[in-house]
Amino acid sequence: MAIVGAGGTGLRAAIAVAETDPSLKVALVSKVYPMRSHTVAAEGGAAGVVRDDDSHEYHFNDTVEGGDWLCDQDVVEYFVAHCTENLVQLEHWGCPWSRKSDGHINVRAFGGMKVERTWFAADTSGFHMLHTLFQTSIKYPSIKRFDEYFCVDIVIEDGRCQGLVAIEVATGKFTFIQAKAVIFGTGGAGRVFRENTNGGIVTGDGMAMAYRHGAPLRDMEFMQYHPTCMPGTGLLFTEACRGEGGLLLNKDGYRFLQDYGLGPAEEKPRNKFMELGPRDRLSQAIWHEEKKGRTISTPHGEVVHLDLRHLGKKKLLERLPLIYEMAEEYMGIDPAHECIPVRPGIHYTMGGIYANLMTETPLAGLYAAGECASNGIHGANRLGSNSLVDIIVFGKLAGVEAAQFAKSVKNTNPALLEKQASAAEDRALALVTRTDGKEKHSVLRREMGKSMENGCGIYRTAPEMQATCEKITELRERYKNLNVEDKSSVWNSDWLGALEVGFLLDVAEAIAYSALNRKESRGAHQRLDGYEHRDDVDYLKHTLAYYTGDGAPQIEYQDVIITKSRPGTRAYGAAGVAADEQRMKEADNG
Amino acid sequence: MAEGTKTIEMEILRYRPEQDKKPFYQTYAVAFDNDWSVLQGLQYIKDELDSSLSFRWSCRMAICGSCGMMIDDVPRLGCRTFLRNYYPNKLRVGALEHFPIERDLVVVVDDFINKLENIKPYLIPKQPRKLEQGEFLQTPEQLEKYRQFSTCINCMLCYAACPQYGLDSKFTGPGILALMHRYNSDSRDDGRDERLELGHSEQGFWGCTAVAYCSEVCPKSVDPANAINQNKMGSAVDYFLRFISPQGTAK
Repeated sequence: MAIVGAGGTGLRAAIAVAETDPSLKVALVSKVYPMRSHTVAAEGGAAGVVRDDDSHEYHFNDTVEGGDWLCDQDVVEYFVAHCTENLVQLEHWGCPWSRKSDGHINVRAFGGMKVERTWFAADTSGFHMLHTLFQTSIKYPSIKRFDEYFCVDIVIEDGRCQGLVAIEVATGKFTFIQAKAVIFGTGGAGRVFRENTNGGIVTGDGMAMAYRHGAPLRDMEFMQYHPTCMPGTGLLFTEACRGEGGLLLNKDGYRFLQDYGLGPAEEKPRNKFMELGPRDRLSQAIWHEEKKGRTISTPHGEVVHLDLRHLGKKKLLERLPLIYEMAEEYMGIDPAHECIPVRPGIHYTMGGIYANLMTETPLAGLYAAGECASNGIHGANRLGSNSLVDIIVFGKLAGVEAAQFAKSVKNTNPALLEKQASAAEDRALALVTRTDGKEKHSVLRREMGKSMENGCGIYRTAPEMQATCEKITELRERYKNLNVEDKSSVWNSDWLGALEVGFLLDVAEAIAYSALNRKESRGAHQRLDGYEHRDDVDYLKHTLAYYTGDGAPQIEYQDVIITKSRPGTRAYGAAGVAADEQRMKEADNG
Repeated sequence: MAEGTKTIEMEILRYRPEQDKKPFYQTYAVAFDNDWSVLQGLQYIKDELDSSLSFRWSCRMAICGSCGMMIDDVPRLGCRTFLRNYYPNKLRVGALEHFPIERDLVVVVDDFINKLENIKPYLIPKQPRKLEQGEFLQTPEQLEKYRQFSTCINCMLCYAACPQYGLDSKFTGPGILALMHRYNSDSRDDGRDERLELGHSEQGFWGCTAVAYCSEVCPKSVDPANAINQNKMGSAVDYFLRFISPQGTAK
């Protein structure tokens, strides 16, 4: 068995394999040491129903409505039913969740969630989950880690995935790892965009590898903008800032969200009202404020204010210490006394490698979970605190499923696999051995990020998306003429960076074409060119983008799985309450 | 990355084992904006001036622990140290002290990882708990006993700061001893005895010479010196009790 990615998904999957069958050897392959994986940067928390006034039904409804009905509801049903037990499991492994005075875990409010159900460890929840999983994984002797091994490709033989090829970063040597099943927990692709909250490693590697081998990338047009990011760097100020009572103000000190169907503005926002609305709606509102000239100009663009002053220093240090540190260290701002300037930044890839409820991809033997996968729980817009449970619920499931698959298949003749592995090595090596290239990958990366922002930002139009599609095609062409200057073997990050830009460009193309072809507005995909509304007749469908080599992706559609929630009005604030009542009335009558 | 308005000289340690006989410093002129970190300076060099420079980085927000380096001889995170604080002087960036240099600013961290793996850094409860039983109860006060020691990001700045580790790398070192203390102090844990032998040895808490520079450079206020200190006291009691009760040690 091999697992690529040692973040929350990969580590959870590895432990699940080890517990399912200790005799199965697990190779856990990651281009960084596990504790550097981007799970580490998740701040706010993880959703799991615990309160008496909460229910799986509510969590299901919040998730499906938050996803603008593009969620596969069978998968959401499984998901909400397994969140809490997986969070308890993390607790049993030592995760230092914040507590109530009676010793039970505490939960906080989060955007788009009807009832408080977000488990948290101050504002470093992902950090604690990752370190807990990493340290716990050390207990299991069957898990063999390949830290700082950069996976360049998977090996498909006899119609199924049977291994992978990786570069040992320290030496530049290739390793072929034969495996009866491979799990991808390779994370998102936020680095396709310029201003983003993501770590440098979030480059869509697994998505691109699966895509190149024929697995479709699904719903890639849905890229989440988080509303409260640091201007310039894009670093994240968690939604928990608002969960704890933080407010958003425009340049007049006015809580502008009330003008965008999220009101009324009460002193402390109710759940699913105002600042506790979902991310897509808040980012869109900030975009409109900018157009109205009601934002604040800074050297890093237009901003609004995140006001935490009324929470007081004591509560800020207890509940949001990382936020306090970031504001002070990076911006010279004391959030107990000053507002924090924020603007939306790319945060999360809702789409990914198509995977079904059981985490199987269309490539036999390849499983995908976490941000790299599109299993249908996030739809067109992910709710905050659903991704940290996504990685453990489906990471575990991927481990169990892949382990069973691995036991059901026989090894192929290694000579056949090694031939393929050797071809993959040659392709990766060609980047660094050629001497006649002209292009710099850092230049291509920068042009890509800018173009994606222009064409696939918060609001989109056909001419701008078309221009981005053409730009990405041009960049992919120029990529063939790459010049990797560094020719050395030891820790050649010029070479690895070039490989990453190759992955990014393929994913970027899938995003841009998926966006161009979706002629409606839904969740994080909003158009201004005659397709301003959701169209459930033609587009209550998943987009599937298939790789065609040098050509544009082939775009197909797939029905959304609806089990119990018919698409309805997606509304928040007072309008949301009215829509809820209407739905209940209809349910009673029908 | 846009060109900034001021220019600072950055002297960067270079070492490519395939071509350099020994490490040396190379100077780059970096045009920077006022809010740039040292990491952003390095990224500028890599993207614009010299693509052969290698360094580790990822999150940019002082939580992944990748970018520990010596900045004017002080162990710091590159992403949380700002160029403006050094301007108009030049600035010297080196690889983390006390670790072998793999290439440029990248050091070999195997020793740290091995030590982390060797202290049983996971919860060892007295009785395994079933999921149906729900969470272990733990009051905020019990959480507070170890919380601080659980916030280590494994950036290894404290190892670069520790003179004892520099003299003898057999010493377990500040960060990992703090992690051991984190599990030993957790009300849910019963594994202290299993971690005791290493903790009590010269390679453990007693190896520390109480310089406490580790706590000074820690970017997360973990305060490993405090963790070690608490254990020296606990360890002395255990050591004494071991004499009067050879079969086992007191809890």
